[in-house]
Amino acid sequence: MTSMFGEPIVRREDPRLITGQGRYLDDLGRDALAAAFVRSPHAHARITGIDVDDALDVDGLVAVYTWEDLPGRVGERLPLLIPHPALTHGRTAYALARDVVRHVGEPVVMVVARDRYLAEDAAERVRVTYEPLPPVVGIENAANAAERVHDDVPGNVGAHLVQQTGDADAAISAAPHVLEFRLDIERSASMPLEGRGVYARWDADDESLRVYSSTQTSTSVRMAIAARLGLSAAKVEVIAPDVGGGFGVKIMHPWPEEVLIPWAARLLGREVKWAEDRREHFISSAHERGQVQHVRVGFDDEGRLLGLDVRIQHDHGAYTPYGIIVPIITSTQLLGPYKPGVYRVEFTSLYTNTVIVTPYRGAGRPQGTFCMERTMDRIADELGLDRAAVREVNLIRPEEFPYDQGLIFQDGRPLIYDSGDYPEMLRRIKELIGWDDFGAFRAEAERNGRRVGIGLACYVEGTGVGPYEGGHVEVDSSGRVHVATGLTSQGQGHQTVFAQIVASELGVPIDDVVVTTGDTRRFRYAVGTFASRAAVMSGNAIALASRKVREKALRVAGEALEADPHDLEIVDGVVRVKGNVTASIPLRTVAVLSNPLRYAFDDATAQATQFAVGGSMDEPPLTGEPGLEGTEYYSPPRSTFASGMHAAIVETDPDTAEVRILRYAVLHDCGRLINPRIVEGQIHGGVAQGIGGALYERMVYDADGQLLNASFMDFLMPYATEIPHVETGHMETASPLNPLGIKGAGEAGVIPGSAVIAAAIEDAEGIRITRMPISPSELYHLRLEAAAGTAERTRHARSAAIP
Amino acid sequence: MKPPPFDHHAPETLEEALEVLARTGEDAKVLAGGQSLIPLLNMRLAAPAHLVDINRVASLDTLEVTEEGVRIGALARHARVERSAQAAATQPLLRAALRHVAHPVIRNRGTVVGSLAHADPAAELPAVLALLEGTVEAASVAGRRTIGAAEFFAGPLESSLRPGELATGAFFPALPANAGIAFAEVARRHGDYAMAGAAALVTVDEDQRVSSARVAYLSVAATPLVLDLTGVLERRPPVTCDWAAAAAYARDHMDTDEDIHASAEYRRHLAGVLTERVLRAAAQQAL
Repeated sequence: MTSMFGEPIVRREDPRLITGQGRYLDDLGRDALAAAFVRSPHAHARITGIDVDDALDVDGLVAVYTWEDLPGRVGERLPLLIPHPALTHGRTAYALARDVVRHVGEPVVMVVARDRYLAEDAAERVRVTYEPLPPVVGIENAANAAERVHDDVPGNVGAHLVQQTGDADAAISAAPHVLEFRLDIERSASMPLEGRGVYARWDADDESLRVYSSTQTSTSVRMAIAARLGLSAAKVEVIAPDVGGGFGVKIMHPWPEEVLIPWAARLLGREVKWAEDRREHFISSAHERGQVQHVRVGFDDEGRLLGLDVRIQHDHGAYTPYGIIVPIITSTQLLGPYKPGVYRVEFTSLYTNTVIVTPYRGAGRPQGTFCMERTMDRIADELGLDRAAVREVNLIRPEEFPYDQGLIFQDGRPLIYDSGDYPEMLRRIKELIGWDDFGAFRAEAERNGRRVGIGLACYVEGTGVGPYEGGHVEVDSSGRVHVATGLTSQGQGHQTVFAQIVASELGVPIDDVVVTTGDTRRFRYAVGTFASRAAVMSGNAIALASRKVREKALRVAGEALEADPHDLEIVDGVVRVKGNVTASIPLRTVAVLSNPLRYAFDDATAQATQFAVGGSMDEPPLTGEPGLEGTEYYSPPRSTFASGMHAAIVETDPDTAEVRILRYAVLHDCGRLINPRIVEGQIHGGVAQGIGGALYERMVYDADGQLLNASFMDFLMPYATEIPHVETGHMETASPLNPLGIKGAGEAGVIPGSAVIAAAIEDAEGIRITRMPISPSELYHLRLEAAAGTAERTRHARSAAIP
Repeated sequence: MKPPPFDHHAPETLEEALEVLARTGEDAKVLAGGQSLIPLLNMRLAAPAHLVDINRVASLDTLEVTEEGVRIGALARHARVERSAQAAATQPLLRAALRHVAHPVIRNRGTVVGSLAHADPAAELPAVLALLEGTVEAASVAGRRTIGAAEFFAGPLESSLRPGELATGAFFPALPANAGIAFAEVARRHGDYAMAGAAALVTVDEDQRVSSARVAYLSVAATPLVLDLTGVLERRPPVTCDWAAAAAYARDHMDTDEDIHASAEYRRHLAGVLTERVLRAAAQQAL
């Protein structure tokens, strides 16, 4: 059998994409009308008037729409996608603002014109008058609630949720040691290089709609559009073309534009396209990360957790269309690979007059990991113990799996870890980074006037959440194998890994396998690409579908070869009798035979016509279904839990306070690897985003709710020059939950970034790092505050007299 | 992010270019490399009615190196100057600074004179021109004039070019004998606008004592700031110079602003650190 599974083959999609052959949203619909939006310049205001007269003078203008123009369900509030009982005050926006705007960038007017230049010219001429209302910016202002984002939401509290495994307060109070502190994480964003975009074509004769969207879920966008526009789903096709990155922001849906563009295309009877520009992306797509965390922890003399109480204030922005998934993940995944003693977590999810918050790669885990890992470092410092040793005593042991943390996870199922080997992983990450030898390295650096530090951070990531995905595998009469799954691709390498699975399961050359994702014409039932779930969900579904096809191929071939299917094997696309290479039949012929025909149109199909096939005259010609194809679905009982540990060595410049990462090491376990090269690529990309979140990226809102750095000039994503070489080690603890034994890998790299960098800087500087990201300017001021006694030094630094 | 409407003019000679500029006056912007102007247009932060595109004016695509210095025409790209061995030999500060100008793809397109005319106080080349006391050559239908660096940079993003005038070239004086240069900056990411940057020109006398020390700064003031630190260094040999005193003097003689990347205080601190670094390096080179 051809075993491609586990091979580090190169990505099959890359030659096309890196030579500019990709077809992204804005490459489509060259003749379509273009839409542009007039967006709110105010963080909070009442709309008092909209005057479009000047815009009407623009030659090439086709239409201008405000909320009042939106009929029926198009004009209703956008859906609250993931309701939750704790989300007592969920609020969503209208596709175009109705009366009140609640963040800078909220769409107010849609303009459609001959091209985007003219659309922007017209949009600039629309005069919207506003009565400014007091804006709520920042978690503290939201919590103080002197002003409200929504009149009918007291305290700006959208949701409040407590989960606990016992009486944490009692456990902490009884503990020999107790610490209490606050942590802060700022906003960042997914920031894919391709923004969002929608292109819609209405076929008036057929009364059907085809929509292309740069989305992470074409199937769900389809259902949303059908519902809003009052169309039967059968009359709506949604296709995700090549998508230039998603990282979470494109799993949010339907975005206002995903409703408005198809609606306008149908109304106008013309193709309409909208391709988001970068400034729009900053102020109207989603952000993430912003949280304040209050920690109280009790522990014993070895640093073992006895009780942990975490209170989280989560900034969810102006609306809650994606529910409270992010703070739920933070509060549950915070526990990482540890046994927390008695755990209590409480979050308050708050409205602010800023862009909405929905999952960004890592989805609440970077914040949770930051919280837990800062706690571990703090305990070690308090007790004067090695930071790795404190982690070691708290780790879940391999024999304790499945391990039930006693909480409810983001999928509504129990938080039960399926497998892992955390002590071995800790041993290996220490070995990889040279943890135990770092003292000598530091001493040498100090002799040369350099300042260095080392940090460690561990996480567990629930991946492959349900409810399900499906796969369709079909062998055609040329021997080509067509694979389709409903979830979408944004650069992950699905063309490669899904083909590897099929090649291995079916026994065909990988070059014969063609993979289609995210096209509702090919596969209508799917959930979407998020939560590191594509390989787990669609990978297993495709494996099951391949097995079904294999079984059918062996049956049909067995009849043709007059052999028992159990004696057959498939090698390189040929079915043959084991041990007898002359008795064989190519899969392409099996495909022909599996579809009994009356009509021939070439030599191949002639073999399947009624006077060509032999067999019994008493049996019907067709057994089962025609065609060498199969569809299967995979639906897991629970998420499967991947894990990882990162270690970093940083150098801080004593003069300029610049931070340079000298080494970055990753130990990673996502179960069985389909393709180690692709997993490493995912890790590298994630690490880059983690470092971005730790040292560079932040959303700088002023007190008025204006985003001050809404461009790539001032929102600093790291370049290749800022990212160190990433040293990677793999472990493969198979998941017992799915047939392939795999776990998700997509988000892993980003999760411990802020935690590990904060730990390393703290170690280098001897000053407590409690908020991330950190810039050189901030580190400089921390040094001044530490010198003045207003910022806290670590105990270790005080005893070792680190300057 | 599409620009508002404008008329595009594509003169092929300097005379044609000046004629169009004379006609369009304050309503015109000159397009050379476009690395700053095009983003400003796309973000609708600038809306000139006319773009005078000088990319077809071959006579402006010049780079002349003489004993006196480096004369750079308005169409010479950063990359060409950066790679010129002759230019680097005559005035090494040019190459040292150009390597900090954004990224190679931007330097392939952007022009030295365009960067000067844009007069961004965070840009490298205005500081270099100011330190070297170079000049900008301007032309209009009324005639030509030469503008000294100190006069040329009038304010942030504001030069003393007049409507109808085109910066046709710039002159960077050669490195004098017994002199050294250094350039350093601290940016958030490689190639970003610096939070602070400094260029130094130090000369020593026949006794190997520092006879002149000047430092130009970027990103610390509305226009390139040049400080003469000769007096603070007390004409000592470099090994005994009190560089920290020079740094302290520099910190005391600038009024920095804060932005989202750096506090005013940190920026001033950095300028001091860089003062020390570039002075040491330039003095070492001068010996």
